[in-house]
Amino acid sequence: MATLILAEHDDAHLNEATAKALTAALALGQPVDILVAGHQAKAAADAAAQLSGVRAVLLADGESLANRRAEPLADLIVSLADKYDAIVVPATSTGKNVAPRVAALLDVMQVSEISKVVAPDTFERPIYAGNAIETVQSRDKKLVITVRIAAFPAAALGGSAPVETIAAPDDKGLSSFVGADLSVSDRPELASAKVIVSGGRALGSAEKFQEVIAPLADQLKAAIGASRAAVDAGYAPNDWQVGQTGKVVAPDLYIAIGISGAIQHLAGMKDSKVIVAINKDGDAPIFQVADYGLVDDLFEVVPALTKALAN
Amino acid sequence: MKILVPVKRVVDTNVKIRVKADGTGVDLANVKMSMNPFDEIAVEEALRLKEAGKATEVVVVSIGSDKSAETLRTGLAMGADRAILVKTDAATVEPLAVAKLLQGRRSTRKSRAWSSSASRRSTTIRNQTGQMLAALLGWPQATFASKVVLGDGQVDVTREVDGGLETLRLQLPAIVTTDLRLNEPRYASLPNIMKAKKKPLDETTPETLGVDASPRLTVLKTVEPTGRTAGVKLGSVDELVAKLKQAGVL
Ligand SMILES: Cc1cc2nc3c(=O)[nH]c(=O)nc-3n(C[C@@H](O)[C@H](O)[C@H](O)COP(=O)(O)OP(=O)(O)OC[C@H]3O[C@@H](n4cnc5c(N)ncnc54)[C@H](O)[C@@H]3O)c2cc1C
Ligand SMILES: Nc1ncnc2c1ncn2[C@@H]1O[C@H](COP(=O)(O)O)[C@@H](O)[C@H]1O
Repeated sequence: MATLILAEHDDAHLNEATAKALTAALALGQPVDILVAGHQAKAAADAAAQLSGVRAVLLADGESLANRRAEPLADLIVSLADKYDAIVVPATSTGKNVAPRVAALLDVMQVSEISKVVAPDTFERPIYAGNAIETVQSRDKKLVITVRIAAFPAAALGGSAPVETIAAPDDKGLSSFVGADLSVSDRPELASAKVIVSGGRALGSAEKFQEVIAPLADQLKAAIGASRAAVDAGYAPNDWQVGQTGKVVAPDLYIAIGISGAIQHLAGMKDSKVIVAINKDGDAPIFQVADYGLVDDLFEVVPALTKALAN
Repeated sequence: MKILVPVKRVVDTNVKIRVKADGTGVDLANVKMSMNPFDEIAVEEALRLKEAGKATEVVVVSIGSDKSAETLRTGLAMGADRAILVKTDAATVEPLAVAKLLQGRRSTRKSRAWSSSASRRSTTIRNQTGQMLAALLGWPQATFASKVVLGDGQVDVTREVDGGLETLRLQLPAIVTTDLRLNEPRYASLPNIMKAKKKPLDETTPETLGVDASPRLTVLKTVEPTGRTAGVKLGSVDELVAKLKQAGVL
């Protein structure tokens, strides 16, 4: 039959997670449609139509789908499911929220956070914070899959799929959106950045975090990341967190500054191409995964590095 | 209002797991097991609501072997009123089956108010059970909760999402799943650990609940990830810059 992808977007922009999920979806070997569910989301649908290899874009546009609450969104996907034998969802916070709801309504067991398509019913996925890789086969009649986006390259542009409008679901009033406090930044997005500069508890305060990390990130046109300890201590906002309960990233260059390298942090960044660690403790576990390490005081080394790069 | 908190026995987060050489799975013999930390946070949140006079009863439930009773006792020692063990010796109980077992429990259906705080994310990357249970019950859901404010017939939940924070209002009954930043769970005191031994712990089985808990996914093999090896420690910033240029990442 076919595969349906749930697009990750904010109505105005299509998120790169969609193009990455598309690469995974195409590996299933069926025609792929993309569902753009939102409110005033035509721009995101038009962007999805330009992805290469897409059969059609379904645009469901309505107030019930504003902010992508799980209940109406799951109802919508379930109403479309008859025509598909696989539903592919990027493992973003929206995707992880809604996909299990869809799976349960369809009575299938979700295949979570796949990192590789081995065969149309068989997948690899990391388990235990990435300390083991499991190959699983689904015996369900329909597949609901979430895709670890850092594990797949983005599909190319160059397509021109038709955009079909479909009805938005009724809102049953189970939940409502109260408000959001979202970060705005000119920096690249953490999940898709080519370079990430991350700071840990060692930074000591939000001020120092900005003072030391931001100039280096500016210099490298990098996204800023943080350890859980740094976020818990209020040095950095929650959406900067990298790790098992934060974002999983795989940039070309990841610079870990004052981060010890706890297993849960490594789970979020150890697939980066090149890892640099700056830590004054030469025995810190981060050095076990770092390609290049500086055993030194970050408050001296990082400004020096920023300066060296500027020259 | 009653609060149901599913608690799971998992490999302790501080344990570094080992993959069996024959590819059949992860070696769990003699590995330290604990209550899933997200579940501890869910128990804590429920207890705080009870202490604030907003909930009448906190019930902990676990699905697993006899050993899961220890996890339930931990919940009782923290302050939960009673416990239910859904006993099974199956090696794997998938989230869908767990959700069905929780749905099958009479008291879940009867509980007039919210909320099962199930937890978020696992050692086995599941993070599904809460959403699945919400779907099966037709209840609203809020995952990754970092703040919970209980109102009259509704609950406001602040969630940690990719872009920052968002707040949803759910009609009760509802499912809330926890983030690690929701609260700091208490330790059980010695007197409370003693008291917990006398609190009711009921047992049932998947068969009694009429749920087929057999797995839908087959694990074909489990292997070690291709590891990274430690690189080099450098003497200066200039050396680092040179190496990064060489590696083509600057
Ligand atoms: C400082 C710190 C940082 C951490 N960071 C991370 C991190 O970055 N990422 C991460 O994933 N983990 C992290 N962990 C904790 C992690 O190792 C937990 O073990 C894990 O989150 C367990 O989730 P789950 O199986 O409940 O998943 P889900 O599939 O989400 O299941 C959720 C829940 O369903 C219910 N349930 C499922 N099965 C049963 C059952 N048999 N009986 C009763 N109820 C059941 C329980 O509520 C269960 O936990 C961290 C821990 C600490 C202390
Ligand atoms: N001034 C500093 N410069 C470099 N590393 C530091 C400094 N202070 C502390 N650290 C390291 O930062 C790490 C803190 O890790 P974490 O708490 O996980 O973010 C530890 O490994 C410390 O050794």
